[in-house]
Amino acid sequence: MAWYDRLLALDRRWIYVILAIAVIIPAIFEMHVSVSTSTEVKAVHSFVGEIRDGKLLFLAFDYDPSTMAELHPMTEAIMHQVFKQDGRLIMSSLSQFGPPMANQLITRIAGEYGKESGKDFVFLGYKPYPAITILAMGTDFRVPFPLDYYNVPLDESPMMEGVHNFDDVEGVVSMCGGNAADMWITYGNAKYGVPLALGVTGVMASDYYPYLQSKQLFGLIPGIKGAAEYEQLSDIKDGEGLRGIPYQTTSHAVVLIFIVVTNIAFFAKRSAAHRI
Amino acid sequence: MKLQIPLILVFLCGFTMIAQFMIPHEFSEDLFQYANDFVIVIGILALPIGIYSLMSSTVRKARRNPNERLFSIVTIFGFVIMIIAGLKADWFYSPTSLSSRFFDYILIPAQATLFSLLAFYIASAAYRAFRARTALAAVLLITAFVIMLRLIPLPEPVSTWNNTFVRWILEVPNMAAKRAILIGVALGGITYSMKILLGIERSYMGGD
Repeated sequence: MAWYDRLLALDRRWIYVILAIAVIIPAIFEMHVSVSTSTEVKAVHSFVGEIRDGKLLFLAFDYDPSTMAELHPMTEAIMHQVFKQDGRLIMSSLSQFGPPMANQLITRIAGEYGKESGKDFVFLGYKPYPAITILAMGTDFRVPFPLDYYNVPLDESPMMEGVHNFDDVEGVVSMCGGNAADMWITYGNAKYGVPLALGVTGVMASDYYPYLQSKQLFGLIPGIKGAAEYEQLSDIKDGEGLRGIPYQTTSHAVVLIFIVVTNIAFFAKRSAAHRI
Repeated sequence: MKLQIPLILVFLCGFTMIAQFMIPHEFSEDLFQYANDFVIVIGILALPIGIYSLMSSTVRKARRNPNERLFSIVTIFGFVIMIIAGLKADWFYSPTSLSSRFFDYILIPAQATLFSLLAFYIASAAYRAFRARTALAAVLLITAFVIMLRLIPLPEPVSTWNNTFVRWILEVPNMAAKRAILIGVALGGITYSMKILLGIERSYMGGD
């Protein structure tokens, strides 16, 4: 069997083993990977930078644990930034597994900054049917969420006094692991005109570039790289995003090597066939 | 009548909601909220049917195939235990409750594991499928290669060149293709919706 035939017929278990080793390496040896910041992430960072001294940002946890590794770091970085600047947050989840995950993050970060529910932030919780929920929130947050996640009526939250709908917040940043992103664009931005930015998984990112150019999105945080960029801009040194980048780098490097190797073998086989 | 009543209902509801979307009036907003409540009520009514369907198919599968029995038991057990864990609203907020424990120690690791397994399948697929067999396959291969290369630290000025090229790929060919697809899908959606509202497309009623 020629060397290229052996390479082309490589058992997939070898591929799995090599990738596993590539993923383990950054866990054993400390690696630093430099991250260059993109304009779309900078746009979100500077927008959130203006949410200070009581201004309101709507932050949506529209993802579940499957995409937590990519979306949690960027959500965390935004929450740190807002609370550090004494901004206020209204949060919701359009993903059914979102609220417990969001609640853990909110409890931890709000605790770090001494922020109180109802005064510095309100967590609305989850409601099914994302499109309907977004449309209803455009009328009044109290329509889909008469009570917050902790069963406190919104009318009893001091922070919600005079706050009714998207007109009363500076903008929406939705962290999306699914199709809620499209609904925020179609209903949140197009119908109610609320400034919108998205944090999405790496594989989703290319789908949302057209909306950046059409200015329907003012910014985009794509995947773990976007999270790392955001942490770098926020001066967060030990964030999950920056820590995750070496793992992504080594695994991408391995995939690239695989592509090169398989094509070398492929062309070697083809030229050998031509020679015969 | 069995055919005409649903068609009339769809026609009336559909065109009322189109009109509602275009009319910025308080009455229109109230109508919209009322319609939204209807959707939620219908969803709630569909829930018992969904539960019955899940349970009956699981039990049927367990009876028919002994190899599936264990999975079916796990499904039913998981379903029942999560109902019990969620009986009281307060149990959701407590980090030590059964519901939180299941969420933290079963759901999060299970979903994260399943999602991360994708990396292995992608690596295997990249090795087997990303071969420049044709000119179009070569274009796809080069595009994927260049975009993935962005995440690898490269020496300057190669890194800057690569980033510029990646931005161009995302903002020009990618955007053109996505926009064409989006416009096509939107036009198709409008056409299909109109066919449903006008009673031309009736497959949602169970026929052809």
